[in-house]
Amino acid sequence: SEVPRKIIAPKMAALSRKWDPLFVLVLGSLIFSCKGDVLKTSNDRTESISATKIEESSPQAADLGDLRQSDEAESNEDRKAFTPPPPNDQFQEEMVIRPLYSGDIYASFQFRTQWDTDFLHDGKKVSHYRLFPKSLGQVLSKFSVRELHISFTQGYWRTMQWGQPFIPSPPGAELWVWFHHTVTDVDGNWKELTNVLSGIFCASLNFIDSTNTVEPSASFKPLGLGNATDHRFLRYATLPREIVCTENLTPWKKLLPCGSKAGLAVLMKSEKLFHSSFHSQAVHIRPVCKDWQCTSTAWELRQTLNVVFDLYTSGQGKKEWSLFKMFSRTLTEACPLASSSKIYVDVTDNPGGELFDLSPSSPLISTAVVLGDRRTYSVYDLTKKETFGQLRSLNLLLRWKGESDDMLRPPLHAERYVSGFGLQKGEIHTCLYNSHPYRAYPVLLLDSLPWYLRLYVHTLTVTSKTRENKPSYIHYQPSKDRLRPHLLEMLVQLPPHSVTEVTVQFERALLKWTEYTPDPNHGFYIGSSVISALVPSIVAMDTNSTQDRPLFSSFFPTKEESSYFMRVYTEPLLVNLPTPDFSMPYNVICLTCTVVAVGYGSFYNLLTRTFQVDEPSAPLAKRLANIIRRLRGVPLL
Amino acid sequence: APLTLVLILSVTIRAVLFRSSLAELISERVEVVSPLNAWKRVVEGLALLDLGVSPYSGDVFHETPLVIYLFHFVVDYAEIVFMIVDGITAVALYLAVQNYNKNVFRKQKYALEADRYPHDCLELMRSPKEMHYIPLKVAMFYLLNPFTILSCVAKSTCGLNNAVMALFILSTLKGSALLSAIFLALATYQSIYPLTLFAPGLLFLLQRLYIPVNPCRSRFWFFTVQYSVMFVGSLLVIVCLSFFLLGSWDFIPSVYGFILSVPDLTPNIGLFWYFFAEMFEHFRFFFICVFQINVFFYTIPLSVKLKEHPVFLIFMQIAIISIFKSYPTVGDIALYMAFLPVWSHLYRFLRNIFLVSCVLLACTALFPVLWHLWIYAGSANSNFYYAITLLFNVGQILLVSDYFYAYLRREHHLSQGLYLRRKDGSEATLVLK
Repeated sequence: SEVPRKIIAPKMAALSRKWDPLFVLVLGSLIFSCKGDVLKTSNDRTESISATKIEESSPQAADLGDLRQSDEAESNEDRKAFTPPPPNDQFQEEMVIRPLYSGDIYASFQFRTQWDTDFLHDGKKVSHYRLFPKSLGQVLSKFSVRELHISFTQGYWRTMQWGQPFIPSPPGAELWVWFHHTVTDVDGNWKELTNVLSGIFCASLNFIDSTNTVEPSASFKPLGLGNATDHRFLRYATLPREIVCTENLTPWKKLLPCGSKAGLAVLMKSEKLFHSSFHSQAVHIRPVCKDWQCTSTAWELRQTLNVVFDLYTSGQGKKEWSLFKMFSRTLTEACPLASSSKIYVDVTDNPGGELFDLSPSSPLISTAVVLGDRRTYSVYDLTKKETFGQLRSLNLLLRWKGESDDMLRPPLHAERYVSGFGLQKGEIHTCLYNSHPYRAYPVLLLDSLPWYLRLYVHTLTVTSKTRENKPSYIHYQPSKDRLRPHLLEMLVQLPPHSVTEVTVQFERALLKWTEYTPDPNHGFYIGSSVISALVPSIVAMDTNSTQDRPLFSSFFPTKEESSYFMRVYTEPLLVNLPTPDFSMPYNVICLTCTVVAVGYGSFYNLLTRTFQVDEPSAPLAKRLANIIRRLRGVPLL
Repeated sequence: APLTLVLILSVTIRAVLFRSSLAELISERVEVVSPLNAWKRVVEGLALLDLGVSPYSGDVFHETPLVIYLFHFVVDYAEIVFMIVDGITAVALYLAVQNYNKNVFRKQKYALEADRYPHDCLELMRSPKEMHYIPLKVAMFYLLNPFTILSCVAKSTCGLNNAVMALFILSTLKGSALLSAIFLALATYQSIYPLTLFAPGLLFLLQRLYIPVNPCRSRFWFFTVQYSVMFVGSLLVIVCLSFFLLGSWDFIPSVYGFILSVPDLTPNIGLFWYFFAEMFEHFRFFFICVFQINVFFYTIPLSVKLKEHPVFLIFMQIAIISIFKSYPTVGDIALYMAFLPVWSHLYRFLRNIFLVSCVLLACTALFPVLWHLWIYAGSANSNFYYAITLLFNVGQILLVSDYFYAYLRREHHLSQGLYLRRKDGSEATLVLK
């Protein structure tokens, strides 16, 4: 597989004229750096998918080679002309399809661009971009961002019906950023960054200001390299009211190397994606290890899109799903720039094919421990020609045969609601469910509430199994009016198989009339609570030995699989506040000033005047008569 | 003995209410507690201290550091503390009024002996018999006033401020300049506005020492400076003490900035909340200045007009503060209402006391009704509640100005005679000119 990378160029050029300038650049740079060395192997490229430890049954290394072989004939002369430098960036795409127990279907796209460069290096300006989107790269280096996570979600992930998502996200927009520790004005950078991102993603991120930004002390740790613990460089904000739509999807798709022209991204047609019960798109940027020894770092841009198609609205009530039915497109090719392009279909519950039919079937099977559970996937490698069959198009079809059993309850889930009536006060209840049969584990609960709900932290109660359960760690930052939200973080131990209820009382503030939203009686959205936990994995608790596994593997639970990180978002809340009468400002100002003037007037009157005997002056007629009498010389009246 | 009876009765009422389910309801009424003095916020401040967070880092707690340290120790006995504080206020007012009545009576006797009153004013003279029960009535008016009871049951720290003010009045009337200055400083430290009581306090002490208010006399200046130094000194000591208790100056913006800039628009019985909720942002600062100056504005003209009558001046000042302050509660009203029996001899000169008392009673009844309609039933809106606060304040203004009028008129009659005649001998009517 010692093949120049560049040979895919003709194909790309044929793909779209839009890519021409890029390839002129690529070729140009290759000519400059070309010294006759060849790409050693593509085998040593690390294939690390951090969330899912895929044990591939087929070697990864062949991916690129296969694609190249298919193009070998047409690019023979190219190979003679150029030999490329080692590419320092690579792009992978994949899609996971998981049939859900409710009959809905969950499709998750992941696009990963990895680039061995250093944005934060002093004095070195990164100006040449290949796969990595330039708009994001410039943002990273300008604002010294270490890690950036942004998600836009429409709809709420129903954990109890759907299980756990691969990458959770709260309804609305969520943004959290770790800045590099050399940044001095973190708040200033954050402010600018949100405004820039707002432009890049066509979203209302510019509404993020100090009133909805918090610095969580424990809940959000860097996901990439770097053991930053100083939460002064972390900023977290959510906009629960943000509505996600096509205008957010288009800029998101533009960040992909192939755009929506080729590869898995052709499936992303907004008319289908937004006709779903849940839609979430995200961008995660973080520094990662370049190789397994971690001698050098690379930047990883991970774009994810999760969508759940509803059985009734999208599937017309039939438990029958196909790519065409879901996305109104079929797949014909992988993104030519991608080093790997795969589709995974979760067939764990369908080992013998008794639950649903999957066609075309794939010979490749991979198992992985995903979210604490051992799952089996059918793999479709899009870089292989035979995947597409004779029609040269792949249309996966899932047809249910039988009814599925009940889903295994996810070990952790949470819900939240507001209790109380009237507009004066209320109580927020957060219920945390630990469904694990015998393990207790601690969870971190993060609540960021806007200042207009005046939280009374002394009313905070945590009860599980009708007994008080004192949090072992509480980090509380009270709000400042019109400046800063409440931040409440606590570490709660959840007893096994229990419901833990966290309640806290609040008072609803009356705002200035200009501070209300245009529809004030609709209410105010309060962002989701975030629950982060290391949850004991199902693999480790797997005591029923129904599955065929070697005896030697099942006596001691293996340490690395014994717990996994999980983040759960609760529902956002809709809280009503008392409202003034918006049509009244002039009246109120006039009336109140009148009352003050009544006070002022009456005091002024008494202070400046003195009592005198009232001597009534003569009436007008009498005075006139007297004048006439005086003229006549007659005695006055 | 009757005072003891009244005390026992009032403590019984309070204890019963504390034990009843009403206590919680009362403690959340916006008329009874304001963001400044709500007990819930005191508890919150203590909880924040326990969590290791400065209570002033948030916008929930606005008490002064001394109060939080007081309750840090007695939070478990809060109910008893509030009952005792009410008792102290009542006893202090009782003693003060007793003292004041003695003075008034003595003065009247001297004036009668010197034949300074016109002859037809004998019916304006006050008899020891009617004056005997006035101190007791004052204590009763304070202790059994529903406003005070509500305020005490809600554990509003307004009761503490009232006690400090009552002690200030007592020490002033007893003639102790130092104690008077200390209590005045404490009251000012608690809620800025009692600063205006400096003038009546000074006037009374001057009068007691027979120092005429005359800028040309060095004794006048000497005493004024002495009193101011005592006041400012004790204020500084208290503020520094709070600084050392807390180790930061955070409490200054959080307490005094909060009182002066009115950021919290929680409805109350005052004029500020709706006015500033509906204010155009551009004019906000201007109107805050106007409204705050309004409280302090009347001090100098009133002191000029009433320089011979500092106790009435104290009453006027307390009333004006409780009407125009930024976060008034019914507890503030209760303090000046306790003085009404002292002026019972003005009754014949009051012009519209019936109307005003009806307005005040009706408003008191309508507050909870309209609050319920707005906040819980949703069938009324904020304007209804606002209208009642307006009317309530108009009623208070009329009440105070009526007493002011009656007081001035009585003084006029005492110098000019009760039955005034016109030049032509017909019965005259008095007018303000």
